[in-house]
Amino acid sequence: MTWRQHKPRARRAAVKGGVVLRLYIVGGAPNSVQAVANLDAICREYLKDDFRLEVVDILRHPQRAMAEGVLVTPSLAKLSPLPIANVVGNLSDKAKVLLALGLERKAK
Amino acid sequence: MSRKTDAAAKHLPKIATGIEGFDKLSHGGLPRHRTSLLIGGPGTGKTVFALQSLVNAVQRQRAPGIFVAFEENPRQILANGATFDWGLGSLTQKQLFFLDAHLSPTLVKAGDFDLAGMLAMLAAKKREIGAQCIVFDGIDVLLTLLQDPVAEMREIYRIRDWLADHALTGIVTAKLESRTSEALHYGFLQFMVDCVVRFERRQEGRVSAPTIQITKYRGSDYSAAEFPMSFGPAGIELGATEAAAIERAASSDRIGVGFERLDAMLGGGVFRASSTLISGMPGTAKTTLAGKFAEAACLRGERTLFVSYDEAAEEIARNLSSVGIKLRAHVRSGRLRMHSARSDGISAEEHLLKLRALIRECQPQVVVIDPLTAIAKAGSLGTARTVANRLINMLKDDGISLLVTALSATDDLQAESTDLEISTIADTWIHLSYVVRSGERNRALTIIKSRGTSHSNQVRELVLSTSGPTLTDVYSAGGEVLMGTMRWEREVEEGARKTRQRAEFEHKRRELQFAEARTRAQIRALQMELERQRADLALNSSENDVRHVSTSERENELRKRRSADRAGNSSRKRSGRAAR
Repeated sequence: MTWRQHKPRARRAAVKGGVVLRLYIVGGAPNSVQAVANLDAICREYLKDDFRLEVVDILRHPQRAMAEGVLVTPSLAKLSPLPIANVVGNLSDKAKVLLALGLERKAK
Repeated sequence: MSRKTDAAAKHLPKIATGIEGFDKLSHGGLPRHRTSLLIGGPGTGKTVFALQSLVNAVQRQRAPGIFVAFEENPRQILANGATFDWGLGSLTQKQLFFLDAHLSPTLVKAGDFDLAGMLAMLAAKKREIGAQCIVFDGIDVLLTLLQDPVAEMREIYRIRDWLADHALTGIVTAKLESRTSEALHYGFLQFMVDCVVRFERRQEGRVSAPTIQITKYRGSDYSAAEFPMSFGPAGIELGATEAAAIERAASSDRIGVGFERLDAMLGGGVFRASSTLISGMPGTAKTTLAGKFAEAACLRGERTLFVSYDEAAEEIARNLSSVGIKLRAHVRSGRLRMHSARSDGISAEEHLLKLRALIRECQPQVVVIDPLTAIAKAGSLGTARTVANRLINMLKDDGISLLVTALSATDDLQAESTDLEISTIADTWIHLSYVVRSGERNRALTIIKSRGTSHSNQVRELVLSTSGPTLTDVYSAGGEVLMGTMRWEREVEEGARKTRQRAEFEHKRRELQFAEARTRAQIRALQMELERQRADLALNSSENDVRHVSTSERENELRKRRSADRAGNSSRKRSGRAAR
């Protein structure tokens, strides 16, 4: 279980300056569906292809989510670049998401 | 307790919390496979209650549990829980799983979220360890983050349904600042759960007393009153164990109070498992009598607990040894347990709970509390009264003989009887007072009441000496019992009078003896005179005979010499008489 956690991180290090994101969702829960859509839109607009996104469905990997300290869903973690940032919610508040992901400057 | 639990179980399955008082007032514990809500202000004991219930379920019913901590770090909770004797440290993650749901302060909230993910994780954990109970501690922290009443309600329902689906017994704790705000924010929370337990802290005088109250319990009856609670070494303890009905056997066995004279005044001592109150102003020897009572119990071989407030046990033992009460030896033999406690800053309820824990620990047959009035020092008098009442009843129910002392501020009996109001519930009430008369202050003892015994109505003087306390003989003058030097004077006077009386009697006796002796002597003299006279008489008559015989013999002789035959017959007759 833990190797999954580390492997993307190792790969991510190779992606220079790239943003590595992980989104924890719960199957087809409304907030989760909305979060996926919102994040997709943000990434397309601000990151183009320069990002890596992993979507973890807690229903399938509950123990992994627990090990990684997820509590509420949907929950987005920015693993790279540092510092690590966490955003919870369906990501409908775009400004906050951008701020948390450090994409604010790029938005300007 | 168990009987009631069984009866209630037919209607609604319950899970015992192991918090004894609570299981009694809820008639068995919290509803099984349902959600219970613990609400209250900060520091009222919600988390301790939840954790204690969970630990008890794990240890006593082998039901693994999950603790979801929203508010505090699980490490902190574990550290706090380790201060109680639950053996929390020995539990493994398989028995009790802690989920750190403590949200990071750096967390950014961007839009609506829900607990579906967390519940999915917990469901997996539940399957893994076979958990039966789950605690959501500080759910208000999470709900506040939602910032939306509708979302809050939605998540609460989600939790409730999830618990029901997974056959889990849930305990949810939530903070609320005051009674008014709770109605707005957690009204629906209370509505949705099956059982609501309210925790509060009441300010009473200078101490705050935590209380607990069940305000809702679907499908079950419960005691709706607000009960005091305290935090002891075993966790939360509730002062709610008395049954409404009084069912106890009355003992007709008498026990001595320490010295014969007082026992005699009480008509043979006090009843076993009864309560005795000794009231009096400072220095009236209440503690001495209490110590004597304890010593007497120890000498009978009974386990005794001596609780003193604001005075060290060692001090009491030393002071009492000066009046011949030896307690140290009994402490060493383990028969006597002396416990000293401070009374300041502790509420009466807490005192009671501490006493109860102590009594449970040493299982005494006799308990002495000196002075009981100390429990009213901090906090309200009203509470202290009910506490005193409950304490006396509790000990009676357990068949423990109790002696309490009560400090009265004035020497007025009316004032004492209204202070803690123990005098009405105590079976025996002995009042000690000072009698000031003719420049002296003497201790006086009165038995005001003693239920079921024919007790003396006399006011007696209590005297302390190195051989112990005792009651003096009664001397009354002009309708008053004499005390102190007046009594002493009277005693001396009485002694002198007795001596004089004895001397007079002796004198009289001797006189009579002399008279008797004289009379006897006279009788003897007369008897001797009589004997002499008789002897005279006898002598006189024998002389006469001899004269008579000699005369006739001479006649015979003369006749023989004359050879007179005819007189032979008469001569024989006469000689026969002389031989006789």
